[in-house]
Amino acid sequence: MSTPPAPRPPHERSGGHRILDRYFAAAPVLVPLYAIVLAVAVGAVLMLLIGENPLEAYWALARGMFGSTDRVAASLGRSTPFIGAALAVAFAFRAGLFNIGAEGQLLVGATVAAWVGGFALIGDVPGIVGIALILFAGVVGGGLYGAVPGLLKARTGAHEVITTIMLNSIAVLTVRWLVTSQDPVILRDMNASVPRTVTLPDRARLTLLVDSEPPLHLGFLVMVALATVVWFVLQRTTKGFEVRAVGQNPSAARYGGVNVGRTIALVMAFAGACAGLAGAGEISGTTGFLSPGVFVAIGFDSIAIALLARANPFAVIPAAVLWGSMLSGAAIMQQETGLSIDIVRIVQALVLLFVAADVIVRTIFGLRHVTKAAFEQSHLTSGWGSSS
Amino acid sequence: MGVVVVTDTRDTSAPTAATTAAPPHPSGGSGAVVGSVLLGVVGLLIVFVLAPRLIDDTRGFSFEPPPDALKWTFTPSVLVGVIGAIFVLAAVIAFVASRRWGDATTVSKWALRGSMVLVIPLVLATALALSDAPDTNVLQLLIESLRLGTPIALGSMAGLWCERSGVVNIGIEGMMLASAGVSFTLYASLGDAAGGLWLWTAILIAVLTGGLIAALHALVTVTFRVDQIISGVAINLLALGLTGFLRSEIIVPGGISSGESTEPIGIPLLSRVPILGEQLFTGKPIFFAMFVVVAGTGFVLFRTPWGLRVRSCGENPGAAASLGVDVIRTRYRAVIIGGSIAGLGGAWFSLETQGGFEDAMTNGTGFIALAALIFGKWRPGYAFLGALLFGFSRALGARMQILGVEIGDFSIPSEFWQMLPFVVTIIVVAGVVGRAVAPASVGKPYERPR
Repeated sequence: MSTPPAPRPPHERSGGHRILDRYFAAAPVLVPLYAIVLAVAVGAVLMLLIGENPLEAYWALARGMFGSTDRVAASLGRSTPFIGAALAVAFAFRAGLFNIGAEGQLLVGATVAAWVGGFALIGDVPGIVGIALILFAGVVGGGLYGAVPGLLKARTGAHEVITTIMLNSIAVLTVRWLVTSQDPVILRDMNASVPRTVTLPDRARLTLLVDSEPPLHLGFLVMVALATVVWFVLQRTTKGFEVRAVGQNPSAARYGGVNVGRTIALVMAFAGACAGLAGAGEISGTTGFLSPGVFVAIGFDSIAIALLARANPFAVIPAAVLWGSMLSGAAIMQQETGLSIDIVRIVQALVLLFVAADVIVRTIFGLRHVTKAAFEQSHLTSGWGSSS
Repeated sequence: MGVVVVTDTRDTSAPTAATTAAPPHPSGGSGAVVGSVLLGVVGLLIVFVLAPRLIDDTRGFSFEPPPDALKWTFTPSVLVGVIGAIFVLAAVIAFVASRRWGDATTVSKWALRGSMVLVIPLVLATALALSDAPDTNVLQLLIESLRLGTPIALGSMAGLWCERSGVVNIGIEGMMLASAGVSFTLYASLGDAAGGLWLWTAILIAVLTGGLIAALHALVTVTFRVDQIISGVAINLLALGLTGFLRSEIIVPGGISSGESTEPIGIPLLSRVPILGEQLFTGKPIFFAMFVVVAGTGFVLFRTPWGLRVRSCGENPGAAASLGVDVIRTRYRAVIIGGSIAGLGGAWFSLETQGGFEDAMTNGTGFIALAALIFGKWRPGYAFLGALLFGFSRALGARMQILGVEIGDFSIPSEFWQMLPFVVTIIVVAGVVGRAVAPASVGKPYERPR
């Protein structure tokens, strides 16, 4: 006779419940936090297995990350390129594309920037113009290189996962040749003892904020601005709406009059431009020249960062800072405890795995499980079948 | 009216999975015409531009190792010219055939495909003409292609098992790397990397490691229904960290960083066939095992009832479940089998080729294997051919580096030859994937109805 009382909608609940609801609403933040806790715990177990003291190691890691002003600056400096590269991945995710090519796009952007910086500054070009030119060169280089997989996908349906990975390898090899080749000399500075490009003059360098190792330069703020731009494009422009429409349901987008092929090509070009800007920023801000084998794994790590941030442009910043400062702290940890940096890499991979597998985290920490719709939204990518 | 219906089904039935694809590209419609025109132009260029510029000296294709090798000598300009002429002829035949009997006729298709085989002697003869080497061993190149294709073939079989059951696996690279690293670590620390029984145990460990990581992939993607590509990326990252950790914490401090790799074995009888036998039927164990894996995969997946069930889980898990197939369990099994095969591929790197372990030694092979799988349209035989193609482009790149090809004063840098497999991959994927259809439900998590 009596039916069980229907659960009251949230706004009718008492004070205590309201706090709980806020707590659950914060779950998008809590899940990554708990994922980090879990990953750190697994890392500790691993350290115990090889007879190291995890507390000591993590204490060294923490001091390496935030121990002093200098270390904080170094951590932010290390994080700078990750922001741009992760934005490249995150932006593509929003259009349902999986851009593994940030690695190559960043490298090509850096190369074009180093090339432009090498000869554009011979004359009396003012520094501000020079820096603008260098950064623009990075945008163009990365953008064009990013456009290639986009066009291939739009024209032939070649899956971007495969083509971007291949283009990464092609970029690495091409850049190695450009920078090391002596016959003919292309980008190599023949006055330098090791293969590298010409060092940029001081006026072509982004302003140093803190002279840490690696330095914190103006590029960090450029990257923060870039995140804002990406957010603005996605949320406040017609093109951004089309991008999200293609990402959520390409067939519906096409039916609604969106040119899906062109959108895909544009998205990849814009993504490449983000990564290219990050590369140019590193050339102008951190290194001052390009040498072969530099910037390795930035693009790959950015995939993890973009996934951690759930492809949200603003969330990319804290995720990138976390990632970069872990790597910068790992160097100190290695110096002090002799533990290999790879342990930090394992912890990072586990963070990603636990963030993705939030069911595990939610079960362990007793968080509320997501609804079916939210669950389906949490799937950023799709298999070959539905997206190729 | 009937005609319209027929053309309609051809155009829409193939890319059912490609609902999101870009504007429908010219699907075969003018493909043969475009192809034949392209081939004709290339052929004419070869006959009138390339061939006359090549030296009139003699060069040779040999079929045996150096001393008194069996050899076929030729004049590069003549051979290249003849190949160019054949291209033109094939182009004309394909063009006429496609005009006369419509597109995609057997004649035009085979005229175009058949002439592609001649690309191999064309490239080799041109390269020889541009270098100082008098001859090059062609048979060795073929065997080298098969050898370098081994991990690619194993990787693509690993992918085939996973994807046919409906689970995308871009973690093959990580599975291979982790297996290579874990197996060598145990081999070095327990067996002193000195061969013998420990070597075989290590190969077994590699297979088990691959299976174990695949089980993790299955747990995360099948049970927890996590985005399958994210899981793959995480596995790749994890493998990179784990193997780096093993190398710097165990292998390097242990002091044994290299050791015995597997010994070549000869297949009884066949290896004694003159000329061919010794080169073709003598090889290392994982190399031979690869053929067994490819054949076995083809047989089990396509010739047994259980294989049909696995494939049905990849096409329509709901329908499979309604017929009593346990989709979850089947996917688990297929993914773990695939991971074990990837583990064997990992052992190829550390235990069969190198006899040691280096950081990131798989060097993108897992991803090339995925490209081979797509090239092979998710079928074992064609995927094997794809692996062979990539193996060939690697072997060819290495051979070209040795030959030292020069165009005028510009000697082609080694980086360009190393790029070859990647460039070939892009061309192949761009050219083929439009017509390749993935298993319909690959990438989609399956939820058991309650």
